[in-house]
Amino acid sequence: MFKLVKRLTSVVAMFAVLFTFTTETMAAKKSKTLKNTQKKGFVRCGVSQGLPGFSNADAAGNWTGVDVDVCRAVAAAVLGDASKVKFTPLSAKERFEALKSNEIDVLSRNTTWTATRDAKIGLTFVGVNFYDGQGFMVRKNSGISSVNDFKAGVSACTNLGTTTELNMRDFFNSKGIKYEPVTFEKADEVVAAYDAGRCDTYTTDKSGLAAQRIKLSNPDDHVVLPETISKEPLGPVVRQGDAVWEDIVRWSLNVMIEAEEYGVTSANADMMKTSDNPAVKRLVGAEGELGAALGLDQEWSLRIIKQVGNYGESYKRNIADTGILPDRGPNELWTKGGILYVPPAR
Amino acid sequence: MNFKKILPQLLTLAVVILVFGFFSYNAQVNMENRGLEFGFGFLTYEASFDIQFSLIEYDGSHSYFRAYLVGLLNTILVSVIGIIFATILGVTVGIARLSRNYLIERTAAVYVEFFRNIPLLLQIFFWYFAALRALPLPEKAEPMFGVFFLTIKGFFIPAFVWNNLDIFIYSVIAAIISIVFVRLYAKKKQENQGIQTPVLSISIGLLIILPLLSFFLGGVDASVEIPVIEQLSQTSFTYKGGLKLPPELIALALALSLYTATFIAENVRAGVQGVSKGQKEAAASIGLTPNQVLKLVVMPQALRIIIPPTTNQYLNLTKNSSLAAAIAYPDLVLVFAGTALMQTGSAIEIVSITMLTYLTLSITISIFMNWYNKKIAIKEK
Repeated sequence: MFKLVKRLTSVVAMFAVLFTFTTETMAAKKSKTLKNTQKKGFVRCGVSQGLPGFSNADAAGNWTGVDVDVCRAVAAAVLGDASKVKFTPLSAKERFEALKSNEIDVLSRNTTWTATRDAKIGLTFVGVNFYDGQGFMVRKNSGISSVNDFKAGVSACTNLGTTTELNMRDFFNSKGIKYEPVTFEKADEVVAAYDAGRCDTYTTDKSGLAAQRIKLSNPDDHVVLPETISKEPLGPVVRQGDAVWEDIVRWSLNVMIEAEEYGVTSANADMMKTSDNPAVKRLVGAEGELGAALGLDQEWSLRIIKQVGNYGESYKRNIADTGILPDRGPNELWTKGGILYVPPAR
Repeated sequence: MNFKKILPQLLTLAVVILVFGFFSYNAQVNMENRGLEFGFGFLTYEASFDIQFSLIEYDGSHSYFRAYLVGLLNTILVSVIGIIFATILGVTVGIARLSRNYLIERTAAVYVEFFRNIPLLLQIFFWYFAALRALPLPEKAEPMFGVFFLTIKGFFIPAFVWNNLDIFIYSVIAAIISIVFVRLYAKKKQENQGIQTPVLSISIGLLIILPLLSFFLGGVDASVEIPVIEQLSQTSFTYKGGLKLPPELIALALALSLYTATFIAENVRAGVQGVSKGQKEAAASIGLTPNQVLKLVVMPQALRIIIPPTTNQYLNLTKNSSLAAAIAYPDLVLVFAGTALMQTGSAIEIVSITMLTYLTLSITISIFMNWYNKKIAIKEK
C-alpha cells in the first residue's frame, strides 16, 4: 500500500513538472524549434549540394549564396551571430524528408513553392526569396534558338524529384513532341552527362542553368534559350506545426527585403536608429514591439541587416558579382519595376 | 517446467511487439501532428511524369501503380541480365583460377582482386562516365554488321516486327516440352539398357525445327526494323526505329556483372577445390575422360559447395541494382522511391512498398536456389 502511494506521488510530481514546463514555454511564447535552436547554439539549415549563387561551399567549407543568407539571417535574429549555422547539403530527393524528420529546421534550398508541397507533405513555405522559371540550355552550335526548334526524339537531362520533371512533360506534351527524360539524383551528374553529349538539352530553373553553366568544360559553347516554361517561386521552407518558428523565418527574410526598400544597408544600419521615418526606425528596432511578438529581443532585425545585409546586398554579393545573373529581372523591388513585394514589418 | 521453456519466448515476442508498436505509434503521432494522412489511394492517381526507358507501355497519363510496375520490371531486367553475365563470367574466371597455365591463372587472380576491392558505386560511375566519354555521338557511330549502332545515346539494335507471334511462342513451348520428354526417356534407357542417347543434338534439333515449322505452316512472319539516323538540330542526331538500350542500363549491367562475378569466381574455385583429389583419381582410373570426370564426378559435388554462397551473390546483385539512381537508370528506387515519393509525399507508404518488393524479389530468388540446392544435395540411399 505504502509503495503504491509512493508511486502515485511520483507520477503526480512528474505531471506537475511537465505542466509547469508547458505553461512556462507558453508564456515565453517560445516554440519547440526556437527553444532547441537556442539550446544547441546553431541553426540547422538544409541547403543544396552546390549551386553557385544560391548555396555553395568553397574549398574551406564556407557556405555562400542567397539561400545561405536566409539561414544566416535566422541565426543572426535568434542567436545573435550569423555564423552560427550548421549547413546540411541535401539532394532534391532527400530535402523534404530531412525537414520532416527533424534533421534540419530550415530548408533553404532553391525549392519551388507549389500547392501540393505546401498542403500535402506537411511543410510550410514562408515566402519567396527568388522568382524563377524553368528554361532550357542547349549547345550553341546546334542552331536551336527557341524551344519551338525542338524535334521529337530530343533527350533532356534533369534532376530527380523536382517540379522540373512535371513541367517538362507538360511542355513537351503541349507541343506534341516525344522526348527522352534522363533524370539523375545529383546535379553534378546531370552536368557531367549533358557535358558529355548524353543529352541534347539540360533543363531546370533558369537560375540553376546559369549557375551550372559555369561548371561545364566550355561554358561559352552553351546558351540558355529565352523562353521560360513555368513559374518557379523559390523560397525557404519549415515544418508544419510550429507557427512561431515559421514567423521568425518568414520575417527574417522579409526584413532583408524591406531593408533594401528603405535603403537600410549593413553599413548604415546603426545610424538609421535616429531616422525620421518611423518605418525605418521599426526596421532597426528603435521603435515598436515586433521582436517580443516573435519571442525575440528588440535588436533582432538590426542584427540581420548588420551581419547579413539587405536583400540587394546579398543578391549583389552572391549572384550579380559572380556573373551568374547580373540582371535582377523580376527579382528587383516592386518600386523599381520588379515583383519583390513583402508585407510591412510593423 | 513447460512454462519455464515458454517464458523466454513470450518475453521475446512481447519485446518485438512493443518495439514495433512503439515505432508505428510514434510515426502515427508525428504524421497526425503534421496533418499527414496514411493511405494507398495515391497509387491510382495520374503519375504525370515520364520515364525514359520502359518495358511496358507507359507515359505520364498512367497511374503511379503503373510507374511502380515500370520501375520493378526495370529492376528485374537489370538483375536478370546481371545474374546471367555474372554467372558466365564468374564460372569462367573461377575455372581459369584453377588453370595450370600460369598466365591465365594470374590474369584471373588479378581480375578478382581488382574488381572486388573497389566500391561498387565507384565502378558504376566509372563505367557510366567512361562509356559516355568513349562512345561516339550518334552521327559518328560506325554500324556493326550494318544494323547495330553503339552511341552515347544508347545501343540501337534492330527490332523484330511479328505477325502471329503467339503461334511462334507455342512452337517454342512445344519444343521445350518435347526436350524434357526426350531427356526423361534417355535417362530411363541408360538406366535400363546402359545405352547413351545423344540428347544434346536432339534437343538443339527440336529447338530449331519446331519454330521453323511455325514459319512455313503456321503463317508466322517476322520482318526486321532497322534503326535509321535522324537529325534533331544542326549538330544533334538520334536513331529512330528498332530497339534502344539506354547507356545507363549497359553501364549498370556491366558494373554489376563485373563486380559480382569476382565473388562467384571465388565460390567456384572453392567448390572445385573442395572435391577431394581421390575422387578425381578414382574417376580417371575407371576410364572416364577428363571431360566426363569434370561433368559427372567433380561438378555434381562442387555444386553443393558453390550454390549456397552463390545464392547470396544473386541476392546482393539484385539489391545492389538500386544504386541505379546515381546514373539515371529508371529502376524501382529511382522511379518509385524517388520521383513518385517526391511528387506524392507519401514517404512511409512508398518506402514500405519498396522494401516489401525487394524482400519479395530476394525471397523468390532464395526459394528457387534452395529448391535447386536440395535437388543436387547428397541423397542418402
